[in-house]
Amino acid sequence: MANAAEGAAVKGGFRAWLNKRLPVDEFMQSQLLGYYAPKNFNVWYFFGSLALVVFVIQIVTGIFLTMNYKPGELTAFDSVEYIMREVEWGWLIRYMHSTGASFFFVVVYLHMYRALMYGSYKAPRELLWLIGMCLYLALMAEAFFGYVLPWGNMSFWGAQVIVNLFGTIPGIGPGLVEWIRGDYGIADSTLNRFFALHVAALPLALLLLIVLHLVALRQTGSNNPDGIEIKAKLGANGKPLDGIPFHPYYTLKDIVGIGVFLVAFAIVVFFVPTFGGLFLEAPNFTPANALSTPEHIAPVWYFTPYYAILRAVPDQRLGALLMGLSVLVYLFLPWLDRSPVKSVRYRGWIWKLALTVFTVSFLALMYLGLQPAEGRYVMLARIFTACYFAFFVLMPFYTRIDPVKPVPERVTHHA
Amino acid sequence: MRKLAIIVTALALATPAAFASDAEGTASWQQWHAGNALGDRASLQRGARNFMNYCAGCHSLKYLRYQRIGADLGINDDLMKANLVPPGAKITDYVSSAMPASLANASFGIVPPDLSLITRSKSSDYVFRFLKTFYADPAAATGTNNLALPGTAMPHVLSDLQGVPRAVFGEGGRFEKFAEGTPGQLSAAEYDAFVRDTVNFLEYAGEPAKLSRATIGVWVVLYLLLFTAIAWLLKQEYWKDVH
Repeated sequence: MANAAEGAAVKGGFRAWLNKRLPVDEFMQSQLLGYYAPKNFNVWYFFGSLALVVFVIQIVTGIFLTMNYKPGELTAFDSVEYIMREVEWGWLIRYMHSTGASFFFVVVYLHMYRALMYGSYKAPRELLWLIGMCLYLALMAEAFFGYVLPWGNMSFWGAQVIVNLFGTIPGIGPGLVEWIRGDYGIADSTLNRFFALHVAALPLALLLLIVLHLVALRQTGSNNPDGIEIKAKLGANGKPLDGIPFHPYYTLKDIVGIGVFLVAFAIVVFFVPTFGGLFLEAPNFTPANALSTPEHIAPVWYFTPYYAILRAVPDQRLGALLMGLSVLVYLFLPWLDRSPVKSVRYRGWIWKLALTVFTVSFLALMYLGLQPAEGRYVMLARIFTACYFAFFVLMPFYTRIDPVKPVPERVTHHA
Repeated sequence: MRKLAIIVTALALATPAAFASDAEGTASWQQWHAGNALGDRASLQRGARNFMNYCAGCHSLKYLRYQRIGADLGINDDLMKANLVPPGAKITDYVSSAMPASLANASFGIVPPDLSLITRSKSSDYVFRFLKTFYADPAAATGTNNLALPGTAMPHVLSDLQGVPRAVFGEGGRFEKFAEGTPGQLSAAEYDAFVRDTVNFLEYAGEPAKLSRATIGVWVVLYLLLFTAIAWLLKQEYWKDVH
């Protein structure tokens, strides 16, 4: 006969053994089975999990790219072509990574827009929003550094334009630019440090911020399309009446979302990887050349709204300042919005109008940033820049007088 | 599936091809489309021959090996060695130009660019237009000039095939049309086909994976659709409980 302690170990089996040493069941219980999410999520609630999927795609494809990519001004461009032609399935890995970059922003922009529509940044989720914004800023930096690595001519000149923006900072500007580049121009040293930041520093920062974002989400619980706190109405079991366990309900639903996403992703990767020059630009198939400027320099589509704002201002220093503000202004949303109501469903016409103006301005600026900065394009960019900032600056006023509707007690859900 | 893909491609290509054929003199040269088809292996093989005969003297394809061309275009190693690999080069070498850079620089004032990625950085249509818009220009050092790339240092190396057309310029030096110049060995249609094959090969050289990419993609997308459908059914089953 085995003694008592041994008997217990056999009885509980491997699972008990494991849980005694690592809280696997406890984690499952608190994070998936016992975590209740509102049951009325709509299609806008897919993009959080999709962002995580793209992150994993980028990390995995990135690891394989790193095995053959060679940073350095003499080797970078050739090594990318080597990956495209000589590495087994290299073209697929590279296209997945380049398409992933654009899809990351598609997904993140839709994710952020969801928060805007349903007031997800409002109390008690201000920190969740701020962490998310830090994620967005880190992602922008990650995308920018990544864009420089193929060392095409647009990589080179794009880096030139963006890094020079720091030169507009009074006093320390010129020295700062030199410090960032590690040389008097965009050069080998710049490429190598951008590579280090792209493959080590920023992915680590992103990972840390993602964990923080999820922890903060678990603390407050998800918002929902009705903007109602489901924790206010608890059932007999102490769980929200309008909530359902994250697993299996939302895990299974998210897998469907991931399937649809992957179909769209595969269509781009296999059939239109350059996406008409939007995801991979034609001038970037020429190696970096400090003596030959591309006809017109435009960043990749996901940066163009801010780029349009930069170019809309005649004074370069003021333009750079406004551009910076246009990105950072989202940080203040939780305090600019004074509405008692979260979701657009129960807000009044003033908010709906303001949100429409913002949406149109953002998309228009995105388009204008891809066009040459001349004639009526500049004029339009100025008008939409004004609208863009008006949405934020006037928010404390119009959200207070907005005729809101009564918010129901329970979420709207059609089974 | 492949048949369907061919039909769809053929339909898609029919329009631009029709455009190019009646282009001479009437439609603007900026509207010409190469109308090449990567699925047309014979065209790719002719294009490879054209490139080796007329382009490889000065231009390299530094990311592409002779052997890869053979494997991708269905030309066996012996045929490649006999016809397309220049003497002195190994079949595993990258396609290099016959002309040393220093000599090229001395002759043209510029080293002729590597053409591996020309269709990616400029488009296939651009190369097609470039090769079809040389015209006689006594003022130019080479005796010819080009509409797509004015002032090009490149001589019209295909002049024995196309001949050298004259260009008629209107007010303010605006190009109006091409006129009969020195005749060549090929008719206008034959020359178009020659250029189209060459452009087709260059498009392949720009991205060899393009030959198989879409074919693989069809299966990947079909698989993902099936996966999504099953995932959806499973989700529906579980969500029956949610009221």
